Amino acid sequence: MLSYILKRVLATVPVMIIVAVFVFLLLRLTPGDPAAILAGDAATPAQLERIRDNLGLNDPLYVQFFTWTGQMLQGDLGTSLISNTSVSDMIASRLGPTINIAVMTIIISVLLAVPMGVIAAWRHRTWIDFAVMSFSVLGFSVPVFVIGYVLIQIFAIELRWVPVQGYAAPSDGIGNFFIRAILPSLTLATIYVALIARMTRASMLEVLGEDYIRTARAKGVRENTVLFRHALRNAAVPILTIIGTGFALLISGVVVTESVFNIPGIGRLTVDAILARDYPVIQAMILLTAGIYVLVNLLVDISYSIFDPRIRY
Amino acid sequence: MKTLRPLSALRGSLAATLMAGATMLTPLAAQAEEEKVITAVMHSGLRVLDPVITTAHITRNHGYMVYDVLTAVDENFQPQPQMAEFAVSDDGLTYTFTLRDGLKFHDGAPVTGADVVASLTRWGKRDSGGQMIFDVTANLEATDDKTVVWTLSEPFPPLMNVISKQSAVPPFIMPKRVAETSADETITEYIGSGPFVFETDLYEPGVSVTYTKFDDYVPRDESASWMAGGKVVNVDKVVWTTMPDSLTAINALAAGEIDYLEQVQVDLLPILQSAPDVTVETRDPLGYVTIGRPNFLHPPFDNKKVRQAALEALNQEDVLATMMGDPEYYKVCGAIFGCDTPLGDEAGSEPITSGAHPDKAKALLEEAGYDGTPIVLMAPTDVVSLVNQPVVAAQALRQAGFNVDMQPMDWQTVVNRRAQQSPPAEGGWNIFFTNWMVPEISDPLINVMVNGRGDDAWFGWPTDDAIEALRSDFVAAASDAERKEIAVKIQEHVMDNVNYIHLGEYTMPQARQNTIQNIIPSPVPVFWNMTKGD
Repeated sequence: MLSYILKRVLATVPVMIIVAVFVFLLLRLTPGDPAAILAGDAATPAQLERIRDNLGLNDPLYVQFFTWTGQMLQGDLGTSLISNTSVSDMIASRLGPTINIAVMTIIISVLLAVPMGVIAAWRHRTWIDFAVMSFSVLGFSVPVFVIGYVLIQIFAIELRWVPVQGYAAPSDGIGNFFIRAILPSLTLATIYVALIARMTRASMLEVLGEDYIRTARAKGVRENTVLFRHALRNAAVPILTIIGTGFALLISGVVVTESVFNIPGIGRLTVDAILARDYPVIQAMILLTAGIYVLVNLLVDISYSIFDPRIRY
Repeated sequence: MKTLRPLSALRGSLAATLMAGATMLTPLAAQAEEEKVITAVMHSGLRVLDPVITTAHITRNHGYMVYDVLTAVDENFQPQPQMAEFAVSDDGLTYTFTLRDGLKFHDGAPVTGADVVASLTRWGKRDSGGQMIFDVTANLEATDDKTVVWTLSEPFPPLMNVISKQSAVPPFIMPKRVAETSADETITEYIGSGPFVFETDLYEPGVSVTYTKFDDYVPRDESASWMAGGKVVNVDKVVWTTMPDSLTAINALAAGEIDYLEQVQVDLLPILQSAPDVTVETRDPLGYVTIGRPNFLHPPFDNKKVRQAALEALNQEDVLATMMGDPEYYKVCGAIFGCDTPLGDEAGSEPITSGAHPDKAKALLEEAGYDGTPIVLMAPTDVVSLVNQPVVAAQALRQAGFNVDMQPMDWQTVVNRRAQQSPPAEGGWNIFFTNWMVPEISDPLINVMVNGRGDDAWFGWPTDDAIEALRSDFVAAASDAERKEIAVKIQEHVMDNVNYIHLGEYTMPQARQNTIQNIIPSPVPVFWNMTKGD
């Protein structure tokens, strides 16, 4: 197992190098000028040229690339061209809200979706199954901002149970965090509940037809044990894959939800950086996202062997 | 047998949980009661902290919070003393500024003449008006800690108006060590002598910025008027928070979570009409203008008759109605220096203010021998206030016989591409649209679109000797009446030569909790004078 993990970690190095080169070149080939954003509408071409010189944007591409990678190897993500603040600090302050909301979303999704999927499979072709699948289709189909606005209208404006917007870190009090995070998490959870419930149902249906399930039932094992110990555990691999991918997607930024609920997460940071052509921030964010995907996939792969002892690395 | 809990019980327990969360909010709320805090949502997030390097409005607004200015215009457009009294010699060559008592930077150091000289020098390298003054500057020096003498080599009568302007780049006074930063690099220390202190530790670029009252600030005795007069701070703290979603900001205001919304999208105003604790009003008496800028370097807009055809084809009413919807918030007005400004005059603007004239436009195109060359019209898709103009203009131009190639792109691409002087087919362009605050276009020295210096002019690069001669006359004019007369000539020239297409004026309403009072009606939103009740 250890050698497998080591191999996987080493395999990320070429992936990250390819991503770094690709992102760097793509950004430099995209039209846009951070100096123009910095200087504003009335700047003259001569002023813009001097600002570009100062920002190092007029250096040859290879010089810019090696300067950046040199900084990265020393753990320095650089400085924002626009706000002149450390990219590491900017990401650090934005990562917390995104991770916290993502964790809460995944917890809500798993707690709701897995039982829904199991019950739907257990009561296959009954009204329960039909209801779960209908909800699932709805969850996929309704745009996330619509769900967000509807939840705000009901729970924040009509009932006044929670605030319309904003974010508080758990360190400001769990209550504060919870009442601000619940609506965005529920909004995001809608699609993941739909996704995970469908996957759980499909996977469970396959497993429930296996001989060992029939044997367990014949032996008089309680239905709960059959479903949750024998069937669900064997159906877990595809479900875990979906949960892992979902978590990585959530961490890499959910800009619409962050905008609707005014959450200062990394989705907004990335979009703002792209609109301003803030190269160091965009580069760091894309590398970070790639790293998160690699890490999450590794964790998911490792978790397979926990749930399914037949899988060994 | 287990029974399901009734839905009402479930709802009750959920409510209880949420109430428990809300109860935990109490310490924060109590804290807010102890100190008076205004939470404001501004028109965009603050990302650049140097108010001299950029013309971004949000950074200028930040500048007025943290820094002070030597002199400032009042609501009558008259320069008034702010940090300094001023005197002008009879020959108009020497300006003497005397700093008033009690001026301090936020680190406790006194403001001195040396700080003023360094700040004006840096500003003069960035601001177009400042550059013109420094072109005729013989000497700028601090003769003592409180006195600055500015000597010119030739008279520059509008000097006080230029250094007292409120937008786009006012000469904010910074400590000498900060002002010595190159004018092409952003400053890294944010200490001013203005009425609010910038809280560096609480700043999150693009998300939130916090200002606290500067206890040692000594306001002037006069009443506040625009950027002039006494800047009396009546609250402990002002927090600007960014909300990228307009609907969220409006809901937050209606729910009492924020105090002030600088700009409200007009189509969302009905939502606030049912909020009894909120007032919607127009703060800015001047508002904005929207314009189209043709490229003089390439066909067909290198031909005056084709530009005139475009002016006849377009129509302010159509553009403004599409942009704003509600006539209460826009005004058909042909004055290129703004309708309600001292230099504003509508001379020669009938082609653009009296409806579209496609037949006249067709005749002009025929006269010009327009051969159907496509017009590359850049259409930004990601800036709400700039989305509609290109679409309306493209349709109007097509109706007049133009062959329009409307190219949608993000604003950053427009910004990048409008700087390209190459032909439209090789990455250049023919026309784009943008907006300005009226104070940014209100006289011929500030308005970059009436610069006719070819490659040194603003994007579009007209070479226009006639307008340059008029601008020189304006600088030399000795009286307000003479300046107005020249401004009218420039207005007529711009309408005839179509240096740009003035598409009218609009205002953006603001909204506030009724507890927020005494807001100064001004183009720049300011937080001094403002009070917050219980």
